[in-house]
Amino acid sequence: MDFLGINPVLLITALMIASTPILLAAIGELVVEKSGVLNLGVEGMMITGAICGFIIAVETGSPTLGFIFAAVGGAALSLIFAVITLYFLSNQVATGLALTLFGLGLSSLMGQGYQGVKPPLTSKIDMGPLTDIPVLGTILFNHDAIVYLSLALVVAVWAFLKYTRAGLILRSCGENAEAAHALGYKVKLIRMAAIAFGGACAGVGGAYISMVRVPQWVDGMTAGAGWIALAIVVFGAWRAGRVLIGAYLFGGVTVLQLNLQAAGIAIPVEYLSMSPYLITILVLVLISAGRARALGAPAALGQSFHASR
Amino acid sequence: MKLRSILAALAVAVSGPAFADGHEPTKVGFVYVGPIGDGGWTYEHHQGLLAVEEEFGDKVETMYVENVPEGADAERVMTQMALQGADLIFTTSFGYMDPTINVAAKFPDVKFEHATGFKRADNVSTYSARFYEGRAVQGHIAGKLTQTNKVGYIASFPIPEVIRGINSAYLHAQKVNPDVEFNIIWVFTWFDPTKEADAAKALIDQGADIILQHTDSTAPLAAAEEAGVLGFGQASDMAAFTETSRIGSIIDNWAPYYIERTRAVMDGTWESVDTWDGMDTGMVEMGAMTDKIPADVQAEAEAMMAAIAAGEYHPFTGPINKQDGSVWLAEGEVADDGALAGLSFYIEGVTGDIPN
Repeated sequence: MDFLGINPVLLITALMIASTPILLAAIGELVVEKSGVLNLGVEGMMITGAICGFIIAVETGSPTLGFIFAAVGGAALSLIFAVITLYFLSNQVATGLALTLFGLGLSSLMGQGYQGVKPPLTSKIDMGPLTDIPVLGTILFNHDAIVYLSLALVVAVWAFLKYTRAGLILRSCGENAEAAHALGYKVKLIRMAAIAFGGACAGVGGAYISMVRVPQWVDGMTAGAGWIALAIVVFGAWRAGRVLIGAYLFGGVTVLQLNLQAAGIAIPVEYLSMSPYLITILVLVLISAGRARALGAPAALGQSFHASR
Repeated sequence: MKLRSILAALAVAVSGPAFADGHEPTKVGFVYVGPIGDGGWTYEHHQGLLAVEEEFGDKVETMYVENVPEGADAERVMTQMALQGADLIFTTSFGYMDPTINVAAKFPDVKFEHATGFKRADNVSTYSARFYEGRAVQGHIAGKLTQTNKVGYIASFPIPEVIRGINSAYLHAQKVNPDVEFNIIWVFTWFDPTKEADAAKALIDQGADIILQHTDSTAPLAAAEEAGVLGFGQASDMAAFTETSRIGSIIDNWAPYYIERTRAVMDGTWESVDTWDGMDTGMVEMGAMTDKIPADVQAEAEAMMAAIAAGEYHPFTGPINKQDGSVWLAEGEVADDGALAGLSFYIEGVTGDIPN
């Protein structure tokens, strides 16, 4: 069963948990970008969600309320971005970067006094006998609700974009905002809703780190997960299924790296540690080299829309 | 913060050097690598700060900065403290070594104390604790208690202090349990709960049922709690996990040292020294063991602590071979402090390589 001293079943289980925050943030950002908005503030929304959820969970003792308020916190922060970029027509890239810096500072301020505090435990869902199925039971039926939520979101987003009329309208805003406007769709409202959805997803992803994966509050604890999520959207060519693969791949490298070390396999750890970031850079280079269109990027991605014509 | 520091710097410039003349309070600064709330390393240093305040009352004024990265930023923080009139500055992480030396050269009248380093100057002392003495006890307990014969070890940076800990723990685990195996993960951070938790989980997934950590947060104990395995408090008691995963702890008790050094500055008797204290002076304390450790093992651990504290037993007493099988210490030979201070190899039986 063991392979090089690593149990693949446990590895996959650990990988799913480690990847969930990135997956949640990435699937949210996918919807945002599909509507034609590039929000680089994912990291800031994640960390804000992480502290909002943490505070509420600690104060109320309810992880569920914690996750709900993490979504609210992330969405609230993203709405600042939405108002500034959609109504004041500021540059999306600069505003997104500012949002990240703002979120990091805000969360640090909010988190004063919450360092070293233990949050209430998020329990796994009791699947009864399903958990006892060998291999599959551990991998599929032994998680908390958020892991299933992230997977359900991937399916929902995929179906929404591909099969629903609303999804088509959202995509049209991302491909050609003028045309969508001419047809009478409220581009700004649609984009605003997408941004809020992205913020909520990032917030829940962040809270998963502070409430389940660690669980503890520390300044800047998302540690770049938001940037990886951004890269994964590109890596996944703006498709929900591929975003899932990308997220598990990146999450997997982190976990595999630690497992290889623990198993005493002599590999240069530094290379594995930097591999997710290397791939991120590579993908970003491809985008900036003007190959984004070939990769399937929404045509109006990152362009401000103003109904002047 | 910035405005205040500029004002403070101006005040210093206007009023001339603000060194203790017997009337003004002695100013003591602390530079922390993590947040006080880490519940471990930085928390204990801050307890030392509080003890200094309590001991001297109005006669001291303390300041501290948390979360200072090891590098150029540390120099900025130390410089700022010196400009604010600090008479004594404690820099509490290994990576502050060169920044401390650099800043100390610019402020010859300010005294510096660098924790766990080896570079000194006329106004720079170094101090550290013999953590490996506590590791020996932990190793003994871990060797006795492990069912899977696998002990997980979360290591921070490949520096002598950490390597000493691994060797000491392994040596004493293997003495009581020849089959024991150490799985070591290097996380290259002192404080990153996400990484520490992931590392602990990876070790547990591979069968480790005891987790030792040389990082500062309580995240590994939280992971152990969830998985139902055991671990030790590191640097601080981490008593929050007493009911579950924590079965003992190594506590760094810096308070007496900080009080003594602050008094030396007040008296004008401060000199650059190299302090390396252990269980004998109480700088290394062992937290209460829980009853998850059987009584006989507890008694053995107590006996070992007593012997170490009395100077009767040195954790690195030969025969000990290096990892490659060559002789390091002959029968009955005790490692000298110089060799220990620069320790850069695993002992025989530890698997894997030390990363560069």
